[in-house]
Amino acid sequence: MSGTSTASRWGLRTLGLGYLLLLLLAPLVMIFYKAFEEGLAPPFEAITSADGLHALKLTLLMVVISVPLNTIFGVGCALLLVRHKWKGNGVIDAVINLPFAISPVVIGLSLYLLYGTDGWFGPALAEAGIKVLFSVPGMVLASIFVSLPFVVRETVPVLQEIGTEQEQAASTLGANAWQTFWRVTLPAIRWGVAYGVVLTTARVLGEFGAVTIVSGSITGETQTLPLFVEKQYANFNQAGAYGASILLAVLALATLLGMNLLKRKEDA
Amino acid sequence: MEAHPATAQMAPRAGMRLPGVGAGAGRGLVVLYLSLMVLLPLAALTSQSLEGGLGTFWDQVSSPLAVSSLKLTVICSLIVVVVNAIFGTIIAWILVRDDFPGKAAVNAVIDLPFALPTIVASLTLLAIYGSDSPLGIDIAFTRTAVVVALLFVTLPFVVRAVQPLLIEIDREMEEAAASLGAGGFTVFRRIIFPNLLPGLAAGVALAFARALGEFGSVLIFAGGLPETQVSSVFIRNQIESGNEIGASAVSVVLLLASLVLLALVSLIQRWTSRHERGSSGGLTTMPMSGSEPTGSKEEGDDERN
Repeated sequence: MSGTSTASRWGLRTLGLGYLLLLLLAPLVMIFYKAFEEGLAPPFEAITSADGLHALKLTLLMVVISVPLNTIFGVGCALLLVRHKWKGNGVIDAVINLPFAISPVVIGLSLYLLYGTDGWFGPALAEAGIKVLFSVPGMVLASIFVSLPFVVRETVPVLQEIGTEQEQAASTLGANAWQTFWRVTLPAIRWGVAYGVVLTTARVLGEFGAVTIVSGSITGETQTLPLFVEKQYANFNQAGAYGASILLAVLALATLLGMNLLKRKEDA
Repeated sequence: MEAHPATAQMAPRAGMRLPGVGAGAGRGLVVLYLSLMVLLPLAALTSQSLEGGLGTFWDQVSSPLAVSSLKLTVICSLIVVVVNAIFGTIIAWILVRDDFPGKAAVNAVIDLPFALPTIVASLTLLAIYGSDSPLGIDIAFTRTAVVVALLFVTLPFVVRAVQPLLIEIDREMEEAAASLGAGGFTVFRRIIFPNLLPGLAAGVALAFARALGEFGSVLIFAGGLPETQVSSVFIRNQIESGNEIGASAVSVVLLLASLVLLALVSLIQRWTSRHERGSSGGLTTMPMSGSEPTGSKEEGDDERN
């Protein structure tokens, strides 16, 4: 078309697709090849081993706790930011973006210091018999921190786009705030929220850096699937590492599929 | 659709109430959640880094290992960002302006690095570009491996930031320029590139922030050798050897870099939203996913009112 010759078009296409092939596609194919190199049995045994199953369960537990909390927070916070002008909104908006830019290791260390034996919260919680570090609560806090922005960031633009006319109409017709939210606002923003939920889930499932610092990665105790992958690799157990990797890769592909379906719904 | 003027007057804010709690209480809850989950841990980190005073902080940050890890991290991240800017724009270009079989699938797979756990990425990069490489390329445990791992995890940022801007560019301007005799490259340099610049800058800043702090994808593929030790791996090693002040001092340096980059992104967005009709009301948007600007297809004119 305008100004683009056939030669330069093919040149760009080759460059772009070649880059993607080497950087994305080849590694993706490699996970599957490596996992099944010795047949179906080794990866399957790795996942269904006691430690593998424990890691899977713990990973799902992270999702079940962190995702609903961040979703409720995310929708509520987005409503506040978009529908209620306030001078503090800019600060809230900025703080929400922090987890995107901060290293997972720095996040892990921050929690480690806050809840550690010398930390501000550590001694009091220890006295109350609550163990945060090297156990589930610390891992949940890490998961919440790293995945906090997604629902807010996906809901805000959708809320801005739908405007307030329908909400105002509903309340003029006598609907209370809850009814307006459930019957008018939520149906209008649901695909945006769902998109945020998918991103949150993917991030929690795959989080490594922050969780590894606060959990200590104790096999059979505080190991999620990504930590399991690393430990298996470090112990020269290729089958175990790739077995768990394949499970995580399949979940990632499901995430991509979900993202695309939701994007289409949102645009429709 | 316009709001009926009478209804708007009769119920000025009624439909905007937050369900369950009022705006004031809602704000309180949001601030509480953010403080507990995000701000307090970061405050604890900062306080720990200054435990021994500013002198100790400086000694830790300027120790040879800390400096070499920071240097490596910054240099690799800079390389990564330049490559991303070029290839990200090319990929966005072929996704918007080109047409080829399988384009939808390619567009979908761009987000893979956001969905795939970083440790899995590291393991599989080692499998394909390590000593058993089926392609005969062995770069494992080198600085090149650091760069490749960072390229993998940051790939979507520039693509997803540039793509929506490319969709919105007025094709008539390009055609006018071309009909006046401008060549393909001139059209790109004078018309397309200036339009893409804000997205490119925001994407680059976010990719840079991500690269500075990346941990999982580098860990297995590049390892923790002295010459491939990026700052996040350095921090982890300091924690493991019990040097909490050293770990937190370098962490604070990374944290400051993140803050500067986020401020930059928000400045870019504020600057562009002042020059465009689609104001985001001062709230940031993140090119973190396949989000194309919804409603860009329907002119977006009736919102102006």
